[in-house]
Amino acid sequence: MQKRHIVPVLYILFLMLPIYWLVAMSFKTTGEILSGFSLFPQTWTLDNYRTIFTDPTWYWGYINSILYVSINTVISMVVALPAAYAFSRYNFLGDKHLFFWLLTNRMAPAAVFALPFFQLYSAVGLFDTHIAVALAHCLFNIPLAVWILEGFMQSIPKELDETAYVDGYSFPRFFITIFVPTIKAGVGVAAFFCFMFSWVELLLAKTLTAVAAKPIAATMTKTASSAGYELGLLAAAGTLTIIPGAIVIYFVRNYIARGFAMGRV
Amino acid sequence: MKTHNQKAWFFVLPVLFLVAFNALVPMMTVVNYSVQETFGNNLFFWQGLDWFENILRSDRFHAALGRQFLFTGLILLIEVPLGIAIALSMPRKGVWVSVCLVAMALPMLIPWNVVGAMWNIFTLPKIGLAGYFLNDVLGVNYNMTQDPVAAWVTIIVMDAWHWTSLVVLLSYAGLVSIPEAYYQAAKTDGASNWSIFRYIQLPKMKTVLTIAILLRFMDSFNIYTEPFVLTGGGPGNSTTLLSIDLVKIALGQFDLGPAAAMSLIYFAITLLVSWLFYTLMNKDNLN
Amino acid sequence: MAKITLSNLRHSYYPAPEKRDDYALKNIDLDWEDGGAYALLGPSGCGKTTLLNIISGLLTPSEGRILFDGKDVTDWTPGRRNIAQVFQFPVIYDTMTVYDNLAFPLRNRGVDPAHIDRRVQEIARLLEVENMLDRRASGLSPDNKQKLSMGRGLVRDDVNVVMFDEPLTVIDPHLKWKLRSKLKELHQRVKHTMIYVTHDQTEALTFADQVVVMDEGEIVQIGTPVDLFARPAHTFVGHFIGSPGMNVLPCELRNRGAFFQGSPVPLEGPVRADASGRAEIGIRPEFVTISDAGLDAVVVKVSDVGRHNVVQAMVGDTKLAAIIEGDVPHKGESVKLSFRQDQTRLYCDGWLATEI
Repeated sequence: MQKRHIVPVLYILFLMLPIYWLVAMSFKTTGEILSGFSLFPQTWTLDNYRTIFTDPTWYWGYINSILYVSINTVISMVVALPAAYAFSRYNFLGDKHLFFWLLTNRMAPAAVFALPFFQLYSAVGLFDTHIAVALAHCLFNIPLAVWILEGFMQSIPKELDETAYVDGYSFPRFFITIFVPTIKAGVGVAAFFCFMFSWVELLLAKTLTAVAAKPIAATMTKTASSAGYELGLLAAAGTLTIIPGAIVIYFVRNYIARGFAMGRV
Repeated sequence: MKTHNQKAWFFVLPVLFLVAFNALVPMMTVVNYSVQETFGNNLFFWQGLDWFENILRSDRFHAALGRQFLFTGLILLIEVPLGIAIALSMPRKGVWVSVCLVAMALPMLIPWNVVGAMWNIFTLPKIGLAGYFLNDVLGVNYNMTQDPVAAWVTIIVMDAWHWTSLVVLLSYAGLVSIPEAYYQAAKTDGASNWSIFRYIQLPKMKTVLTIAILLRFMDSFNIYTEPFVLTGGGPGNSTTLLSIDLVKIALGQFDLGPAAAMSLIYFAITLLVSWLFYTLMNKDNLN
Repeated sequence: MAKITLSNLRHSYYPAPEKRDDYALKNIDLDWEDGGAYALLGPSGCGKTTLLNIISGLLTPSEGRILFDGKDVTDWTPGRRNIAQVFQFPVIYDTMTVYDNLAFPLRNRGVDPAHIDRRVQEIARLLEVENMLDRRASGLSPDNKQKLSMGRGLVRDDVNVVMFDEPLTVIDPHLKWKLRSKLKELHQRVKHTMIYVTHDQTEALTFADQVVVMDEGEIVQIGTPVDLFARPAHTFVGHFIGSPGMNVLPCELRNRGAFFQGSPVPLEGPVRADASGRAEIGIRPEFVTISDAGLDAVVVKVSDVGRHNVVQAMVGDTKLAAIIEGDVPHKGESVKLSFRQDQTRLYCDGWLATEI
């Protein structure tokens, strides 16, 4: 190992410390947590996890989160793909302004939208549904997906399209059977980002739900404040929210660096 | 070259519709509130630009805005150089690359309130790892709920923990896109490590660093959940950033008019600063 | 400037090479004379670039030494070896001006500013970029960018060797010959040792005084362009150089005479006493003629390539090319072919086996 590698090693160690602490705490009993400091759980317990997997308000939190995140990812990708294609291949009236306007939606503070969103989705009768959260997250995920996909599509030469038309492909067939598979790395990365931002966002998700579609992270906040210090339970729930993220990272690990550069390197 | 084709609009219509539904309708609502006063029961009175004037003159807004700029400035100053330094010292090939990248991306995939809760648990005196070590091993008097300085240090360190990896990953993507020949040429030209960084690596990282700084600016300027869960804006108002203050006014006090006016001012500032960053950094490319 | 000696070089990209095939370079022993213009010619993957990187110090050889003027430099860094290298793709420092790019290698070595200015102006004049010195290098056309990377190699007057790794790959065809003659001219002016790596025979033959031909990690022949054409030491050289390449005809070796398709073929001279193994006749298409007597052949293809015609004919089951000026036969016609005796050679296991 070279000397300079000490830097990333130390950094990763720093990243892992709070995560370790969360995981360690999830295996401790409430008594042990409150009785003082211990680096490792003294008496291992799965009680915290047992509570989460047997109590419907807890495990439905997970199912709700995964449901709206999945719906959002699918919607975002389906509409972003053709739009990104249009931006990467054609000039049309107002294209630059439209693209910039899309990006500005990522700049809007979520706090600004919390109340109007609540009113809007109540007005159209979607309050406390998965689809409401999924649609609301489109606000920042679609612009992001369009941006990433456009970056990846620009690196595909236009000759690919032209060859396909010469070979007699119709546009939809070309797009689905040739073009999308060609940029599958970009599709994977864009889907990953949609998943990620929908998964980590909470303010809007919490505002738009009450019971039926309440996300896991919101259930946690409530526990933390209402049930006093159930730190072990909180830690176990937190630990479980890290797992889906870790799984999706694993799938895009080879594209992750280029992905974070939005295909623009 | 791109061809002109107005039919391309059909491809962007679904995006336009979905984003407009989410952006324009709420935005109209906010604009509507910002010029009216309500006393409940859906009774509204025309207020003109009074709310805007009030907000722009209020000390409370100035203080929150000041804290917000301080926070964003500090985290940019810390995360950007640190991220570049880490990216430079990362391995370029081999299995460790994937391990590093996955480990580094992990904090970004944790729900934001879990991040806050995690850091809360981590820094609790007596119970938390950091709290225990600082107070009981190192003898520092560290208590974030009473000491504003400790609270600030904690939210800054938390943000660095959460987001430095974004700068690392972007810089790294820029670095690996540099062909080996550049390093070889620099070696035969007798360039020092500093010259290699200054004349080869930094220019090649420019695009991705622009993206990194823009994203970090936008996201840190809009930050809400993590500091809210960690400090709740306290002790006192010391860590009440703009978003936290906004939500306090809108949902806590239910002052819809001032909250809406503040939202619009807030949005305008974000937009303006982002646009300035963007044009400043692109100016060089155009010349 | 220095004489460069490569002594018993072997290189493998595997950590523990076992067989001969594990080596990208198989035992290279070679001297590059001071001030020479050399070309390193061979097909892609023959080890040219590996050899180049070993000379420049970007790679450390698995075995063997590199000497500059008799001094062992094997463990020296590229910077210390004081060499220059020009790559396939132009490597320029985007954010600097043309002037700063050219001055960069000198500034890094702490040369005094007045001298730097003199050298930069001189090189800029040679390369005809003196009117662009204040421009940002990123805005240049590809050929000017490549000129700039060459310039950075030439600007140091004490450089030991300047190496070019297929420098014209990305240059438009109509600019290639211009840059090539520029390089030749530069060599005559600055008298640095230059090594030019390419897989293009025209580039190699026009640039170099001495051409080193490589194949599969070995040097097969070193010689002037004329040598390589006239008397290839290996069938590979014969085939690789020339258009079309030398005809290589499987034959039988009986009583130290060669028999092709059953007929005896007169050779340029006696076959070496120790010749054995797979025997082949080598004859360049330029020296195959249609005549009244000779080998029976059927014409299968005639292509007009401008100044002359290339005739492909079958002798039994073997294809043969001939360059014919003047009247040409038609496809399907039966002809008789004869070989010019002083250009007909025997090769055993690929290596030249006739003596003069």
